[in-house]
Amino acid sequence: MAQERIFGTGSRREEETDAPDPATPPTSGAAQARHDTQGTDDLLAEIDGVLETNAEAFVKGFVQKGGQ
Amino acid sequence: MTVRRIMGSETEFGVLAQGEPGANATVLSARVVTGYAAWVARRRTAPAAAGSAGADDVVGPPLGTGWDYGSEAPLSDARGFTVAREDAHPSQLTDEAPVLTSEQIAAEAIRESGMHPEDVDWRRVVMNTVIPNGARVYVDHSHPEYSSPEVTTPLDALTWDAAGDVVAHRAVELLAELSPQAAPVNLYKNNTDNKSVSYGAHENYTVAREAPFERITAALLPFFASRQVMCGAGRVGLGADGATPGFQLSQRADFFERTVGLETTIHRPMVNTRDEPHADGTRYRRLHVIIGDANLSHVATLLKFGTTSLVLNLVEHDRVPELELTDPVAALRAVSHDPTVTVEVPLRDGRRLTAVELQRAYYDAVLALETELAPEGLDADTAQVLELWDEVLTDLAADPTRLADRLDWAAKYALLRAYRQRDAMDWDDPRLVAIDLQYADVRPGRGLYHRLAASGRIRTLVAAERVTAAADHPPEDTRAYFRGTAVATYPQDMAGVGWDTVNVTFPGVRRGARIAMPEPGDLTREVCEGWFTAPDVQEWARRVARDRPELVTGSGIAPPRA
Repeated sequence: MAQERIFGTGSRREEETDAPDPATPPTSGAAQARHDTQGTDDLLAEIDGVLETNAEAFVKGFVQKGGQ
Repeated sequence: MTVRRIMGSETEFGVLAQGEPGANATVLSARVVTGYAAWVARRRTAPAAAGSAGADDVVGPPLGTGWDYGSEAPLSDARGFTVAREDAHPSQLTDEAPVLTSEQIAAEAIRESGMHPEDVDWRRVVMNTVIPNGARVYVDHSHPEYSSPEVTTPLDALTWDAAGDVVAHRAVELLAELSPQAAPVNLYKNNTDNKSVSYGAHENYTVAREAPFERITAALLPFFASRQVMCGAGRVGLGADGATPGFQLSQRADFFERTVGLETTIHRPMVNTRDEPHADGTRYRRLHVIIGDANLSHVATLLKFGTTSLVLNLVEHDRVPELELTDPVAALRAVSHDPTVTVEVPLRDGRRLTAVELQRAYYDAVLALETELAPEGLDADTAQVLELWDEVLTDLAADPTRLADRLDWAAKYALLRAYRQRDAMDWDDPRLVAIDLQYADVRPGRGLYHRLAASGRIRTLVAAERVTAAADHPPEDTRAYFRGTAVATYPQDMAGVGWDTVNVTFPGVRRGARIAMPEPGDLTREVCEGWFTAPDVQEWARRVARDRPELVTGSGIAPPRA
C-alpha cells in the first residue's frame, strides 16, 4: 500500500496569497495522490538524514530532573 | 470586548549533554543561562560581528542584570490564604535565589569532567538575567527557563514565545562554539523525558481582581480538559513513565492529579492558585496556567493564548457556559489518550460530550459575548482567534488528520504514522520516541518541527524574521518596553531587575535608584521612549523621576538638568 497522504490539505505560509503557483498547475486526483506519496517519501528521507543515529541510546540518555 | 489582555509565557527547556549522562542539570542550565548572557554581551560589544567574535569577548564587564525577588509571593493562594513557609515543598520557594550559589555552580562545573572552566569565565556565572526583549532568562530548579515579556495580544504572545526558542538556539550555539571539546549541550522545547519527569510551559493572564476565583475554576476545568485537542504537543507513550505503548495528544496530561491547588511541582493541579500578580494586587490577579504543553506550532500557540483569554472574558462577564465535568482529571486523560478525538466524557448533568463539543460550547458562548460587546465589529486580533478556533474545531470534527499542517500533535502523529507504516514499527520502538523528542529540538537544522515549518508543511502565522527581531526587541505596548530598553541601554548599571522593578546603580558613587512598574500596561514606548536618550543612567533616572516621581525611589537624584 502506498504511503498515506500527510500534511495534505492547506499548508499556507504566512502572508502567502491564494494565487496559484504558476510552476504547479492543477493536477488530477490520481496525479495528486502520486504527488502526495512522493512528498511523504521525500519528507521521511529528509528526516532520516537528521534523526539521531542511535535512537535507543538517545532516548535512554534523555533524562531530566523534575520541573514545575 | 476583545481578546487583548496582558499575558505572557514561560518555557522550561529540557536540557541534555549527550555523552555526559551524569552531568548536573543545574550546572548545565547555568551554562545555558550564562551562555545567553554572554551572547547578549558579545552582541553589544560587537553588534556587527555577533556570532563570530572570539571567547575573549566574554571576559570583561559584568554579565547579566541580576534579579529582584521583591515581588515574588509563590505561597500566596488565590483562594484567600497564604501557605506557611515551613509547610511548603522546597520547590515552591521560588522567591528565594537558587540554593546553589554561583560560586558553588562554578566549583562544580570545574570539578566535572568535560567541563572546561576556561570556556566561560565561571567567576561570573549567571543564574538569572533580563534580556533586551524584556524577558527573564534563568535557572529554574534544573531547567533553563525563558519567561517572555508581557504582551497584549495572542499574536504577540506567540511571537515572543517563539522568540524564546531563538534565544535557546543562540545559547546552545554559543556554548558549542566556546566549548568545542565538551559534550554539546542542547535544549528541547517539550515537557517530559518519558521517565516520570515533567517540566512546564506556563501561561500567565492578567485578570480583573473582582472575578471570583471559584468562577475561574469552574470555567477552566472543562476548558483545560478539552483544549488539548488544539493545543496538545503530542506524545509517544502513555502514563507518566510512558511505559504503555501508544500516542496521546498531550505531553502534560498524565502528570496532573488534582483539580485545584497551589503546587506546581508535586500533585500538580489543573488550575493553579498561585496569587502573585507582579502588579497592583488590588486591581489584578495573574492567572498562572501550568497545564499547557510547550507548543511550537503557531496555530496551536495562538489558539492557546487566544481562546484562554476569551474564556476569561466569559468569567469576567459571568457568562461561563454550564459545563461541569464529573471527573475533570479523568476527562483530561481520556481526551489526551484518544487521537481520534471522539471520546465522550461525562458531565454532572448526565450529558456526555466530546472535547470538540465542549470547545464548541465555549466558542459559541464567546462569539455571542464578543459580538454583543462590540457592536461596531470585532477587532482584528479577536476576529483572527475566533476564525481559527472555528476552522480548527470544524476540521477536528470532520477528520483530525487534516490538522497535520496546523497543530503540533497532529503534525507529530502524521509523521509517526508515516514512519510506522514505512518501517513497520511498534509504538514502543525507540525510534518513534526519538522522533517525539527531536520534534522539540531547538536547533533549526535538527528540530523536526523546524524542518516541517521550513519546508512549508506546517502553517506559520508570524514570519521568521519577526520572531528573530522579537528576541532582541521588547513589545512596545507594555512595561516590558521599559524593562528591556533599560537593560539594553544601560547594561553596566543594572542592580537587579524584576517584573515590576528596575534597580540601577549610578557609576562612581554609592547611590542608585529603584523604579517601580506597578501597572503592566504602563511605561510603553509612547510613554518612555524620550527618557532613553539620556547619556547615562543617572540622567535617565532623573528624567523618569521628573515625569513620574511616584515611581522612583532613590538616593541623590538631583532635579533634572535643564
